[in-house]
Formats: sequence, structure tokens, C-alpha cells
Amino acid sequence: MTYISFLSDYGGRFVDGMLVTALQFLCSLALATVLALVFGLMLLSSNAAVKGAAVVYVEFFRGTSLLVQLFWLFFVLPLFGITLEPFFTGFLAVGLNIGAYGAQLVQGAIKSVPRGQWEAAYALSMSPAKRMRRIIIPQALVIMLPAWGNLVIELLKSTALVALIAVPDLMFEAKQLNSSTYLSTWTFGTALVIYYIFARFLVTPTMRSLEHVMARRMGRS
Amino acid sequence: MEALSSFPLELTGPEVPMVRFMNVRKTYGDFVVLDNLNLDIAPGEMVTVIGPSGSGKTTVLRMLMTLETINGGVIYVDGKPLTHMPKNGVLVPADAKYLRKARSSIGMCFQHFNLFPHMTALENCMEGPVQVLGLSRREAKERAEELLSMVGMIEKKDQHPARLSGGQQQRVAIARALAMRPKVMLFDEVTSALDPEVIGEVTNVIQDLVTKHNLTMLMVTHQMGFARDISDRICFFYGGKIEEQDTPEELFANPKSKRTQQFLSAVKAAD
Amino acid sequence: MHWDWQFTAEILPRLLWATLNTLMAAGLGYAIAAVLGLVFAIAQRTPFRPLTVTVRELVEFLRSTPLVLQIFFVYYVGPEYGVSLSPWVAGMIAIGLHYAAYLSEVYRGGIESVPKGQWEACTAINLTTAQTYRRIILPQALPLSVAGMGNYLISIFKDTPMLSVIGVAELMQAATAIGGQNYRYLEPYTIVGVVFLVISLFSAASIRGFEAWIRRKLGMY
Repeated sequence: MTYISFLSDYGGRFVDGMLVTALQFLCSLALATVLALVFGLMLLSSNAAVKGAAVVYVEFFRGTSLLVQLFWLFFVLPLFGITLEPFFTGFLAVGLNIGAYGAQLVQGAIKSVPRGQWEAAYALSMSPAKRMRRIIIPQALVIMLPAWGNLVIELLKSTALVALIAVPDLMFEAKQLNSSTYLSTWTFGTALVIYYIFARFLVTPTMRSLEHVMARRMGRS
Repeated sequence: MEALSSFPLELTGPEVPMVRFMNVRKTYGDFVVLDNLNLDIAPGEMVTVIGPSGSGKTTVLRMLMTLETINGGVIYVDGKPLTHMPKNGVLVPADAKYLRKARSSIGMCFQHFNLFPHMTALENCMEGPVQVLGLSRREAKERAEELLSMVGMIEKKDQHPARLSGGQQQRVAIARALAMRPKVMLFDEVTSALDPEVIGEVTNVIQDLVTKHNLTMLMVTHQMGFARDISDRICFFYGGKIEEQDTPEELFANPKSKRTQQFLSAVKAAD
Repeated sequence: MHWDWQFTAEILPRLLWATLNTLMAAGLGYAIAAVLGLVFAIAQRTPFRPLTVTVRELVEFLRSTPLVLQIFFVYYVGPEYGVSLSPWVAGMIAIGLHYAAYLSEVYRGGIESVPKGQWEACTAINLTTAQTYRRIILPQALPLSVAGMGNYLISIFKDTPMLSVIGVAELMQAATAIGGQNYRYLEPYTIVGVVFLVISLFSAASIRGFEAWIRRKLGMY
């Protein structure tokens, strides 16, 4: 069997897996972004209860392993009568996990907006919400984008774990093909290359151009 | 640019200079830093390079330390080529191994001292002798202590650089360079990063070297008074060329070139 | 579903034993990654371009593809070429390579933040390139890398559950086995989560202390 005929026989399976991986990626990215923003802002709150809740969220999801969180959601939640689709459980776990890392990025970026900017907005009598939305967050976004780009790659890689709760993503298809064909180099190798292309030629360039756009909007490019 | 075959493999004759820059050219892309530089330094001579910033004066020192590669010409040290090596009867650009051997007769002190922050003053001075010259730790320690005494830093020998003032660090850096027993010492704006009140402690050490030791020295400095006091010769650089060179008495009293006159009066006005 | 304390007491010793395996896996994987990462970092600084480009691309590849897939690849591909690797060996190779890529970036950052003057001073006292790295550059670069290196030690620790996919008898695998035998997942998976949380928080604090200590010790205040 040649690699070409391997691809023509099983290429469809890889494509199916890729689509599921892409969907997992987008759903968990959306969830992680929202969680990062919400908890990142909460980490900056002066209210001890609000801040405490965010610290617990961040430390819990950063401190325990993603695979543990995934299995816990998948095996333990049903015992409490909550049964979720594997697909849903998958991106929920990935989103919750990466969101915790993202929250710290958001917090750090907002903190590193120069003090003078806060004071200038204050001097213009802006409300705290408006100050955050109009002045601080746009600048924080530019600061955090490079680190956020790395986190998005981590997120993409993390989605491969959902295969272990039988979500039929790229990783899952590769595993299945391996156990039916025993062509390990080709199955796992192909999957690795697809992840690589996805990360290096799709995700990274997108993040880079986003950095450029944001930098230009800040008037520095 | 002339062919390398027109350069001698070795300098011979009754008066071989310690350092010779022969038609040396240095460029960064299209920008010409030094154009066709010819400069001889006799053994035991103290030469000071002055000139406005961007005139290429620091580059002269860095090329001699082999920190910069040159784009044309040849530099000779003690009669032997430094930047090139003889191969089948002609000079070819030196490889890393040859460069390392050739530059062993040159020592350098930097504007920002560049002491190794994780080592004490003594360890800084022992590093080269032990690692490069292969001295035993005992011999290296003796040599380092002797030199640290000479620069007046023996009491601080066990301090890390972070605990020393700029003037003290520079004196340790001079001891570190001397510990390698170089034939040629290079001083690259060694007082420029110092507070005015400690400049004297460094210039005194250099002054001492000039009077007591027969070292060949090449110095870049902005301190005209110091340059006048200790130099045998002053070279005024302008736009990548030697605009004028003479004894300090002559150059400071009767500068011939208009640019030298302008530079010297501007410096005087700033003092 | 209620929490069964008696069951907890029964399985705890077995899980704690498995924790030792987890720690050992993290330690071994880290040791490989720490050494190999340095090789990757220095290889990228050689003047030999084909080598730097190859290593650069290898590092990118390792960093942007999922570790769990790399673990499968290393474990299953060997036998196709007549090399059978035990789960432990395959797992250590995969984790070592994956994190070598990350650590090489940490080292690179550390090496690049050593001032240029240090290299020039080494030339001026005529040290060889090897001596320059060993005696002058790395002793300064490594303390600057301690924070990053420590974070990846914790990351490796949190990624060891992935080794369970090829049957390495670490904590996650033990918990899954217990869960399968007793049809109870609540206690084993929750204990795993707690163990991870406790060790992560503890190590994060120790690493911060260690970083401060090493800087003091080397006289770099």
C-alpha cells in the first residue's frame, strides 16, 4: 500500500476529524475568551468576594490537570444527574481550563496599561465602566495579543484530549484508523502534520495579522 | 579593492610596528564607517583617537580586538597578520582558530566595564589566566592579586561587581585585561560611563601603566586634558578617516585642519 | 450520589503510590527536557544555517502539535521499524522532546538577555566559544530562566496524566482502573484532582522561593 492509496482510502476520515477538531477549537475558544475576560476583570475587583471567586476559579483550573477535569466532567457529572453530550463536555473542559490561563493574561495586561491612562480617563470624568471599555481594554488587548497567540495554540492542542471521551475529532480518527490498519506512522504522522499546518499556517498567521491590525489602530506600525 | 596577494605575509625590517592597519575598510551595508585606514603604532607607543561621535573611532578598537570583521585591507599585530592568515603563500581571511591565537596579544577595556557579574573581582581576573592560559589556580591567584593591588582594588577582591562603584569596576576590568599579559591594550571610552568624581581613579591607573610599563596602547576618549597629558600621539578622526595626527602639544596648540580646529574649539566651549 | 469515606480510605494508599510514579515521570521527563532543550537552544545559535533552520522548525513542530498525539506516535511507530518501546520509555521520550522545545525557548530568552558586552569581554580575554557558554553566559542565563523553567516543571507534572493513554501506571491510570473495577468514579477522580491541586500550588510557591534564593546566591541583586 502506498501513502497515496492510504490517503484516498482514509482521507475522508481525516477530513471528518478535522471538521470536528475545528468546531471544538472554535467553541472552546469562544468560551475561553468570555471566561478570560470576565474572570480577568474579576481578579482586578476591589470587592474581596468577587476577587476571591475569580482566584478560586483560576487556581483550581490551572492547578489541576486538563485531563483530570475532562474525565471528572465526563464520568462524575452524570452521577449527579447531569449528562452532557461528549462534544459539549469536551469544549466545556477545554474552555474552562484555557479560560483560567487567559484570565491571568487579561489581568496582567490591564495592570500594565500605564497609570497615566487611568488618571487621564478619570480627569475626563468617565464612568469606571466606560473608562475600562473605551480606554483601558483597547490598550490591554494590544499588550496581551502576543501571549494570547501562544495560548490559542495551547488551546488547539488541548482539544486533542477530547478524543479520550470519544468525541470523533482528528486525534480520535487517527487512533481508530491506527487500531484498524496498524499503519501507525501514516495515521499518527498525518494527524500530526494536519495539526501542525493548522497551528502554523492558520492560527499563527491569523494572530499575527490581528496584532498588526491592533498595532495600526494604536497608531504604531 | 586590491587583491589580497598585494599584502605581505609578514612585516619585516628594522622597525616593525606593533600594530599596522593597512588600507583597512569597514562598512555596514552601504554605510562606510572607515575608508582606507592606514595607521601604524610603534611598540610602547600610546596613541589616542579623538573625534566626533560617528567618526568611526570606536570601530578602530573593535576591529583590532576582532569584535568586528573588516571588509578590506589587513591588520597586522607584531608583524603578523591578525585578520588574515597565510595559506599557500597568500593571505586569506582568518578562520576562528587562527583569530583566537592571533588576538591573544591584545587586551581591551570597555566603556561599560563588562565584568562578569556572577564572579568576584578576583575571580574575574583569574578567569582568563586559568581557562585560556592554563595557569594553575594558585599562580592565577597570585597574578590577579598583584594586579588588583596595582589598581588599588585588593581590599575589594572578594566583592561581586554589583557591590562596586563604576570607577572600582573599571579598575578591576583593567586588572582583568592585564592578567592576560597583552602586548597591546585598548581602552574604549573607559571613563565615559563614570561619575565625574571617580574618573581620576581610573585615569591615574592608566597614567601609571604608561610611565611604568612598556605597553603599546590605543585609547578612545572624550577627555582632552587626559589625552594631552599621556599620549605620544593623537589621531583626530572625521568621517571615517584620519583627518590629522600629531604629537599632543602640536595638535592641540596648532591644529592644521579646519575640522580639527572646529572640533577642538567646540570641545573647549563645552568644558 | 454521596461521597463514600470508607471507599476513599480503601483506595487512597493505592492512589498515593501511583502519585509517586507520576512524580517520577515528571522528574524524568523534565531531566530529559532540560538537557535536550539546552541542546536545541544552542544549536539555534550556531552560525551553521541548515542546522539552525532545521532545529527551529523542529521546535515549532513539537510546540504546535498535541502532546497526547506525540505520545501515541512514539509508542506505536517504534514497532513498525522493529523497535518496541515500553510505555515508560516511549512516554519519557515524548514528554522529553515536547518540553525540550518549550525549554529551549526559555533558555534562548535567558541567553539573549545576557548583555552583548559579556560576549565581547569573553572575546577580549580570549575564551573559547565552549568556555564562554559554560563559564560566563549560561551561569547568567540560567538564573534568568529559573521562573520559566519552574513553570514548565509544573506543566510537565500536569501533563503526565496523558501517559495513561499508553498504559503508564501513573495516578490517572490508577484512578481509571479503580473506577472501572468498582463502578465508582467520583472518589478516585476527585482525589486525583485534589492531589494535583495540592502539589501544583505547593510547587509554584517553592519555585518562587527558589528563584529569589538563586539570584541572591549568585550576587545578582
